[in-house]
Amino acid sequence: MSLIIKDLKVKVEGKEILRGVNLEVKPGEVVAIMGPNGSGKSTLAYSLAGKPDYAVKGEVRLDGLDMLRLKPDERAKNGLFLGWQQPVAVKGVTVEQLLRAAIVNCRNAACERTGQVDRCVKLTEFKQWLNHEAGLLKIEAKQLKRSVNVGFSGGERKRLEMLQLIGLMPKYAVLDEIDSGLDIDALKLVAEGIKRVKRQNPKMGIMLITHYRRILDYINPDKVVVMKEGRIVKSGGRQLVEKLEQEGYEGIE
Amino acid sequence: MSEKVVREIALSKKEPKWMLDKRLEALRVFKAKPMPKWGADLSGLDFSSFTYFKQPEGEAKRSWADVPKKARETFENLKIPQAERRWLSGVGAQWDSGVVYQHLKDKMEKLGVVFCDMDEAVKQYPKQVKQYFMSQCIKAEDNKFSALHGAVWSGGSFVYVPRGVKVSEPLQGFFWLNLMRGGQFEHTLIIVEEEGSLEFIEGCSAPTYQKESLHAGVVEIFVGKKARVKYVTVQNWSRDVYNLATKRAIVQENGLMEWVSGSMGSKKTMVYPSSILTGNKAKAIHLSLSLAGKGQELDTGGKVIHIGKETSSNIVAKSISKDGGATSFRGLVKIVKGAKGAKSSMSCESLILDKKSQAKTYPQMEILEDEVVAMHEAKTGKIAEEELFYLQSRGLSQAEAMSMIVNGFMEPVIKQLPLEYAVEMNRLIELNMEGKVG
Repeated sequence: MSLIIKDLKVKVEGKEILRGVNLEVKPGEVVAIMGPNGSGKSTLAYSLAGKPDYAVKGEVRLDGLDMLRLKPDERAKNGLFLGWQQPVAVKGVTVEQLLRAAIVNCRNAACERTGQVDRCVKLTEFKQWLNHEAGLLKIEAKQLKRSVNVGFSGGERKRLEMLQLIGLMPKYAVLDEIDSGLDIDALKLVAEGIKRVKRQNPKMGIMLITHYRRILDYINPDKVVVMKEGRIVKSGGRQLVEKLEQEGYEGIE
Repeated sequence: MSEKVVREIALSKKEPKWMLDKRLEALRVFKAKPMPKWGADLSGLDFSSFTYFKQPEGEAKRSWADVPKKARETFENLKIPQAERRWLSGVGAQWDSGVVYQHLKDKMEKLGVVFCDMDEAVKQYPKQVKQYFMSQCIKAEDNKFSALHGAVWSGGSFVYVPRGVKVSEPLQGFFWLNLMRGGQFEHTLIIVEEEGSLEFIEGCSAPTYQKESLHAGVVEIFVGKKARVKYVTVQNWSRDVYNLATKRAIVQENGLMEWVSGSMGSKKTMVYPSSILTGNKAKAIHLSLSLAGKGQELDTGGKVIHIGKETSSNIVAKSISKDGGATSFRGLVKIVKGAKGAKSSMSCESLILDKKSQAKTYPQMEILEDEVVAMHEAKTGKIAEEELFYLQSRGLSQAEAMSMIVNGFMEPVIKQLPLEYAVEMNRLIELNMEGKVG
């Protein structure tokens, strides 16, 4: 039982970006992934979610299930969530519509499969649930009626990713720079959101991709790894963050 | 197509001489006019292969039980009795070339609203028909198909709404082609007097046949001062029909004309509803939605001519093409010298769902007056891979994601359609999306 990545190699438009990534995220664990720009962090996130135009080799198993054979929606249905660094605007599909369909397809289907019906978001209570959770993230009610991410600011988009994370309640969440472009108040909202998810589902494993330590002041990682040039070059505890803060990525070999 | 056929039609309908003369004149125009050199590819159209007239099975009937059994079954299949109960205050349904079923609620008659078969109107209301029928609005000379129509037209609806009368429920006409190789040339003439209002729904549904069929209807609408007319078309002809209709409205002072159309059927369509804003502050709204699939070429659009001062128009067109289907949008807004304060906006958006399909847009503005506000935008797009991937990462299959995006794209027009048609249109589109990959 883990999210296990073995020797993952990914080519994007013929260029090798990931050159053999090995990583394990255990249930309930928070793993912070740090590293300079262009080190392959986002490529890792996208390839886990199943980006169609990537050439992927290696192995990814989610609690034993072979993920690389599955389509993106099947990966989501089996409990993997990607929080996008740059969430995509989808004209014509409202936030409410998307959340409802996503919850039915992923969370509720999984709860029913495993007999944990109390973990479902009942559709009869969906609107209340939505308004409540959106309120906690300070997402305005009128935004729920708008097209997904269309005309949303960077911060609003990130909070909407959080709302989706809370709605889908996956087994494993990959959060790609969920903290970038946020002011201090929004960062706090997002961090509190992550904590809330963890409280509701302590077994959720989280891969937290970030450039900065500040989100790690709110959320204490169990493990910190550093990526460089498509590989994980360093792995350690919280103290690694302090070291990076002082010495930068240059000093890491 | 000969004078003999035209004379037979007029004779069998016992038409007055002035109508026969009109038909013969239209026939001359038809023969002289070349085929249009633009628009959908009509090279497969063979005028000699169609039946231009067939005697109806019986007189126009008012009671449901009197409708011929075969016709009734088709009505049943199309769930029209239910539709009628819920939506209609009167049904004028064309069966082959004659009206076999017509029903008007007493309420309408008491209001002085006339809703009858066009053939009947020629006899019952000769004064109005003579004044308005293919004389001021659409003429035989307008195009090859209006000329053909003028020569062989048969059936259709005549609606007259007197001054100040607001018809609260939509009137509905259903048209079918059930005769193999049957031509359909129904004529709709709508006159709404000052401060009157009317919504008219034209729904088309034709069973699929092997051979090609031709539809060249004409719709003429007169919108009086401060009157409002909404004309809704749901075009779902079978995939072998050539749909070449001509539709136009003349709008007087402070009048409002709304054209709403959803087109998803036919083999080839060339239809461009027009509004001529003659009165000051007259207004036109054109909303259209086309969905072209395999083997279909839907060439649609809208045309508005601003003549009065402070007139305004808004054209919104959306199209979707898939499985090799082709859509074209032709929009023309003309603002004549003297139409001061005219406002116009035209927007067309097309969505292409796969590499085999096509969408073209031809927006055009001719502005001869300086004091106007006119704008247009045209967008042709595909659903971005990234949008699909984003939705898929939320557990939606590719088909679900596509259908959600497409539904959202169409929604502004769909919600203007009567509920039943909106539901039907959504359902058809969902069926079409299943298993389709962009």
